[in-house]
Amino acid sequence: MKKTYEIEVDCANCANKMEDATKKTEGVAGCTVNFMTQKMIVEFAEGADEKKVMKQVLKNCKKVEDDCEIYL
Amino acid sequence: MIALRIAYHFLGEDVSDANGAVVKAALVHEPVWFILYLIPYGIIGYDILKKAFKGIIRGQVFDENFLMAVATIGAIVVALVQKNGDYTEAIAVMLFYQIGELFQSIAVGKSRRNISKLMDIRPDYANIERDGSLEQVDPSEVSVGTVIVVQPGEKIPIDGIVTEGTSSLNTVALTGESLPRDVRSGDEVISGSINLSGVLKVQTTKEFGESTVSKILELVENASSRKSKSEEFISKFARFYTPAVCYSALALAILPPLFQMLFMQRGIEVWPAWIYRALTFLVISCPCALVISIPLSFFAGIGGAGKEGILIKGSNYLETLSKVKTVVFDKTGTLTKGVFEVTGVHHNQVENEKLLEYAALAECASSHPISKSLQSAYGREINRDRVKDIEEISGEGITAVVDGVQVAIGNHKMMHRLNVPHIDCHCVGTILHMALDGKYAGHIVISDVEKESSKEAIGKLRSSGIRKTVMLTGDASKVAEGVAADLGIDEVVSELLPADKVGEVERIIKENEGGKVAFVGDGINDAPVLTRADIGIAMGAMGSDAAIEAADVVLMDDDPVKISKAIRISRKCLRIVYENITFALVIKFACLVLGALGIANMWLAIFADVGVMIIAVLNAIRALRVHKL
Repeated sequence: MKKTYEIEVDCANCANKMEDATKKTEGVAGCTVNFMTQKMIVEFAEGADEKKVMKQVLKNCKKVEDDCEIYL
Repeated sequence: MIALRIAYHFLGEDVSDANGAVVKAALVHEPVWFILYLIPYGIIGYDILKKAFKGIIRGQVFDENFLMAVATIGAIVVALVQKNGDYTEAIAVMLFYQIGELFQSIAVGKSRRNISKLMDIRPDYANIERDGSLEQVDPSEVSVGTVIVVQPGEKIPIDGIVTEGTSSLNTVALTGESLPRDVRSGDEVISGSINLSGVLKVQTTKEFGESTVSKILELVENASSRKSKSEEFISKFARFYTPAVCYSALALAILPPLFQMLFMQRGIEVWPAWIYRALTFLVISCPCALVISIPLSFFAGIGGAGKEGILIKGSNYLETLSKVKTVVFDKTGTLTKGVFEVTGVHHNQVENEKLLEYAALAECASSHPISKSLQSAYGREINRDRVKDIEEISGEGITAVVDGVQVAIGNHKMMHRLNVPHIDCHCVGTILHMALDGKYAGHIVISDVEKESSKEAIGKLRSSGIRKTVMLTGDASKVAEGVAADLGIDEVVSELLPADKVGEVERIIKENEGGKVAFVGDGINDAPVLTRADIGIAMGAMGSDAAIEAADVVLMDDDPVKISKAIRISRKCLRIVYENITFALVIKFACLVLGALGIANMWLAIFADVGVMIIAVLNAIRALRVHKL
């Protein structure tokens, strides 16, 4: 299952860092962060609880880039 | 900043003059300078320092804020130790770094707005007539089959069919075609086009989410999410670049001075200079210029192409498109109109019009495409009362009595059977021989006509460096070769079944090691081939969901010239990408080398860093301008 989220991040490299952090989160099968459109496309692993996973994703992203925001 | 320094400097001299002893006073007042310099440093760098502090807590040592903070604080400490009072450097680095960040966010915001303006086709509302007055509703709430009213100047919000009114439509935002299109009752209209003159009533045939405009917007907005190899390369590079530069900085701060002290009998005084060089490294370690310019270039390229009616579904496809060396075409509907037309009347014993009239009348009962083309070539109303005794002979043709004349129309088999001597045609196409009252009266040639711009399209492909053009078709080889020779296509494979086309494309891909192979089709029955080719280009896909699904590049109108345009756009975009990568890397490495040798100071480092970013971003925005390609 794929879902798109609006995000806010103000540098391109930070967007890459968010992408990395999200990919490493448990329950995430794949992720692309589109800096230009400020969107994040997350592919969830089978059986993953999307809400729980996204909470963790946000936490992990905040860890690498304090300024970022994901609108869940 | 310089003014500030001069002001401080004079202030310093005043104070020292008043005290009488210059050197001593400078030392006494050093802490005063230090604090005075810290004020602007704090004001400019406050948020960077804050972020850096947060970064340390989170253990993010390669965070650029942290690196900037280390570099500037380090510079201040070195200045303190060396007692040269040169704190301006730290302030300048902070200032330019901030200016760079500001410029970056302005440029990105601006190009995003530019592109969304280009794709400004999203309708805000739909008009529904209720009790004689118009009501504006959200397009997504309109159900299929509803009649909506589109006034002049408004966008058509949902795909549908005109039920009332005539008007001309501006479809430039969708197809790049600037000529307005006339529509009247019964015509299909697509969402996103702008109604220019009359009021139209349109019965919707799709929901808003399924309408052309929504599909296009979705496609364009998501296009830059499919990352190209260059983008992958840069983000991987950035991941290694920053740590690598930081470790080299550390090595630079420790190893050379240690070496000098151990083997060259130098004292501890060599340390500050090397630490300063190491700090210069940290200033150059930020990869932002590189990282921002690449997605920005692709974004601009995709946006620019979109404005020309070329939808590219991802940055990766833009990249592949730029490497295309062979273009494979489907014939019918791609290079030809896919509609049969009368292209010639030969050896006629009666007038052209008379012959066509007999033919059209004799064929009036048939719904075969050939009969249709005869009727449209005749162009007048058909009075069926004039026709009697219509008999269709399968595989041969039709006989009928028109105005009392015995008309036979069909292929050479029919002529043989009727024992009428006929003249063979040298033309390509379907030949209809005609006999009137048992006597040969000439033949009509019906063929699928080439699009006006097909020849130009092939020529342009060749001039833009495409090595080979191939045409695949299910048609007879004589027809196919005729078209190919006329258009200047290199290779033809004819009499193919739809399934064979995939095999042919696979063979071409195998023969073309290195160069990429593009397949251009009308998208309706070519889906498997579109998917199999390195890059699938669907033409005239307006409203055809299947084509939009299967293809990687979608040409909104039927014009094959757009193929070479798409390739040129992709090449320009990729050229910009490579320019930016090379430029940024060369400058960065040059600065690293000069910094290590002690030639480049921190001023140069920050100028190089911000300057490279500004130039790369401006260069990236150039990808948006593709109209004249």
